Amino acid sequence: MSVELRSKDEIRAEKRKNRTGIYLISPGLLVLTLFFALPVVVLLAMSLYVKPPGAEIGEFVPGFELSNYATVLSAYWPELLRSFWFALIATVLALLIGFPMAYLVAVRLRERTLLQGILLVLLIAPFFSSFILRTQAWKQILADEGFIAQSLKFIAILPPDGHLTATPFAVVAGLTYNFLPFMVLPIYANLGRLDTRLLEASADLYASPITSFTKVTLPMSAPGIFAGTLLTFIPAAGDYVNSALLGNNRDTTMIGQVIDSRFFRVIDYPGASALSFILMISILILVTIYIRRFGTKELM
Amino acid sequence: MKNIGRWLIPVIGGAAFIYLLVPIAYIFVFSFNDGGRANLQWQGFTLDNWLNPCGAPAVCESLVHSLQIGVVATVIATALGTGIAIGLVRYKFRFRKLTDVLIILPLATPEVVLGASLLAQFLNLGWELGYTTIVIAHVVFCMSFVIVTVRARVSSLDSRLEEAAADLYASPRAAFWKITFPLLLPGIVAAALLSFAMSFDDFIITNFNSGSFQTFPKFIYVSATRGIPPQANVIGSAMFIVALLVVIIGQVISYRRKKQLENA
Repeated sequence: MSVELRSKDEIRAEKRKNRTGIYLISPGLLVLTLFFALPVVVLLAMSLYVKPPGAEIGEFVPGFELSNYATVLSAYWPELLRSFWFALIATVLALLIGFPMAYLVAVRLRERTLLQGILLVLLIAPFFSSFILRTQAWKQILADEGFIAQSLKFIAILPPDGHLTATPFAVVAGLTYNFLPFMVLPIYANLGRLDTRLLEASADLYASPITSFTKVTLPMSAPGIFAGTLLTFIPAAGDYVNSALLGNNRDTTMIGQVIDSRFFRVIDYPGASALSFILMISILILVTIYIRRFGTKELM
Repeated sequence: MKNIGRWLIPVIGGAAFIYLLVPIAYIFVFSFNDGGRANLQWQGFTLDNWLNPCGAPAVCESLVHSLQIGVVATVIATALGTGIAIGLVRYKFRFRKLTDVLIILPLATPEVVLGASLLAQFLNLGWELGYTTIVIAHVVFCMSFVIVTVRARVSSLDSRLEEAAADLYASPRAAFWKITFPLLLPGIVAAALLSFAMSFDDFIITNFNSGSFQTFPKFIYVSATRGIPPQANVIGSAMFIVALLVVIIGQVISYRRKKQLENA
């Protein structure tokens, strides 16, 4: 038996302190439970609902219809795969574009604070303007009668009857564009702490710039890259604004569009819920594998 | 070969900045377009849209809705999220792991799924979709961001400052409001701004939980097929300029304060 070293007053103070903690946490936790955890359970339940014989549109009763999953999977597996594929390409592109951006602002311009400040503001600028307005702007910029499409046709990169919008290219470009700041900012935060003397040291030890990059810069910025790829991939996989505005045809339909239309146009609540649940679980599995493989403790 | 990184990074980085800003410039330029209701092609310069931003039907109404929802959701999410962030770092309690999962999971869930699950919940409860359901949805997805942002700030706080205050006979309450809270404030403000920006701009979750209630992003999405009126560009550009000014003023203030501290 351990001897209690604290006085009664101290124990009481400790208890009072922990009670404050509970007061601080409970309201938020209640909201998260009622409007996040519980809805996910309801979603799962709804995905198993059955349509009774002779029911009206949108009428379902609680049930345990596992075949709902088989039905939506066999109908929509191409859209599901396409969503992950598009999100993956967009994530890789955002990394390839975003890393030099972050490096430029965080490391190259470290001495020039004014220019660094301006570029940093420009980096968060997209957050200040509407996401849908910007996507719509891309649609008009890439439109058939627009300057870019016309010039590409003029130099014969694009065939005379070719389009830029309504293509997978436009959708992936839109996804890359919209989630680029989510990639750049975490990498920027990491590179901002990079000690450039380490690069000088590696150069003094006859490392080539490429070796310095792969052995010093890249490992030092790994947590930022890790966070950035997750912040890009997850929302991109579920997005349907880009595929609806910039694509909107059979080759570009993503799973979010399908879920939206099963809920609101077809009024197939069980099917839509099943697809949502499949999307959530697949992303959780992919993210878990990714964290196990590349994760750092720092993130969580 | 040796100098390849020297010019490659500014070139790619610079091009990427142009890529990032082209649509914003486009929105700004087309806010001056004399294009009537569709605003698809450049028809000539006019100031009419700026002088009469509420000229197109439903633009200002949806804007007011979005501002209201943004403010209410931000206040609630920031208050609840800050409580959780402080509680998680500073206090011991049971079910800690579970709480962590409950906070991280919304961040790892795509918006469609968050929107769909809340819709399932509201359908099940028989609640009418509208203002209240949108606010609830926004509070949920903003809160996780607030918690993550503020928690980082609380963790980096030196708890000895509070102990010093206690040694100087400050009550726990006084120590919190005089020492801890002012130090946390920049993090809380940043989290609130982030919340507002995300709530104001959210489309997917809102679309699932709004019924016929119009918000600004919903208005743009719905009118996208027919052509977005130039007044929407005016509002988008004006919001952009206001936000930019807020950030610049914030930078100037923190720069001045830094200088003052250095001089003191």
